[in-house]
Amino acid sequence: MKNIKYLIIGILFGIIMTKSEAISWYRIQEMFRFQSFHMYGIIGSALIVGVIIVQLIKRYKLKSLEGTQIQFSDKNMSVARYLYGGIIFGLGWALSGACPGPMFTLLGNGYSVFLVVIGSAILGTYAYGLVRARLPH
Amino acid sequence: MIETLSQSWPWYISGPLIAMIMFLLLWAGGNFGVSSNLRTICAIGGAGKQVAFFNYKWKDQTWNLLFIVGAIIGGVIAHTYLSSKVGLNLSEATITDLAALGIPFSGAMAPEELFNWHSLTTVRGILVLIVGGFMVGFGARWAGGCTSGHAISGLSNLQLPSLIAVIGFFIGGLIMTFLLFPLIFSA
Repeated sequence: MKNIKYLIIGILFGIIMTKSEAISWYRIQEMFRFQSFHMYGIIGSALIVGVIIVQLIKRYKLKSLEGTQIQFSDKNMSVARYLYGGIIFGLGWALSGACPGPMFTLLGNGYSVFLVVIGSAILGTYAYGLVRARLPH
Repeated sequence: MIETLSQSWPWYISGPLIAMIMFLLLWAGGNFGVSSNLRTICAIGGAGKQVAFFNYKWKDQTWNLLFIVGAIIGGVIAHTYLSSKVGLNLSEATITDLAALGIPFSGAMAPEELFNWHSLTTVRGILVLIVGGFMVGFGARWAGGCTSGHAISGLSNLQLPSLIAVIGFFIGGLIMTFLLFPLIFSA
């Protein structure tokens, strides 16, 4: 069970997402209405620390637990897929108030109907796979 | 201790902790990208037989599935042992705006009248739960990532594609909030 560490990291993630209220439909609305700094503070401070972490990993060629060097792959440059895909994602994010991580954590918070949201997100992913060849990337 | 942890965590604690999650995942040999799991679930369900996009070695992604199982358990733990007696400290302006759309605020994480099973018999419930979820799944895969993969992992690695994706997230979110919410929630 060498993968058990991911379960533990996931548990920490679920607790952080709940206590930060980033899983809240209301907080997402507040963010898109620019009526509180809360979500911007969370994403902004995560980013500042995140940029430093990535720079340090690269500079000191940090190895993972398995002994291999931690690699970062650059994403292929394009505009269409990120912009159009991003817009569809944003429409859904504001409407359901949950991005993929929070969907699962909300389930744990007792909102069992998020099974429907997760099921729909899986269906959306499948639909993307079906029409992928016909979409601009 | 439990008392303190049970309060709402301020952004300057939560944000760096989320960055720490990204680090722990990289250190463990994975990466921080939640929406990939939705593709993995399609692949496990046998979608690879019909659609080549789902025909890949999904077993390499088992670790990420364990991460989301953990995300569920973390929700249970926070809800059971660290639940705050005080409700969400939502801004007055948001409470007023949502009240005008007929969406009350009780202090809970999500509007209870939308996020329950009975809501599936209403048009707005179907839109929020099914159409909303569908767009999140479709859009995340088209954009090649969601909030974790682009807004946190990608931007932390200074990826321009991730910045474009995040700008897209906001264009979509603002269109939904300011143009479509009044149509969906007015009736």
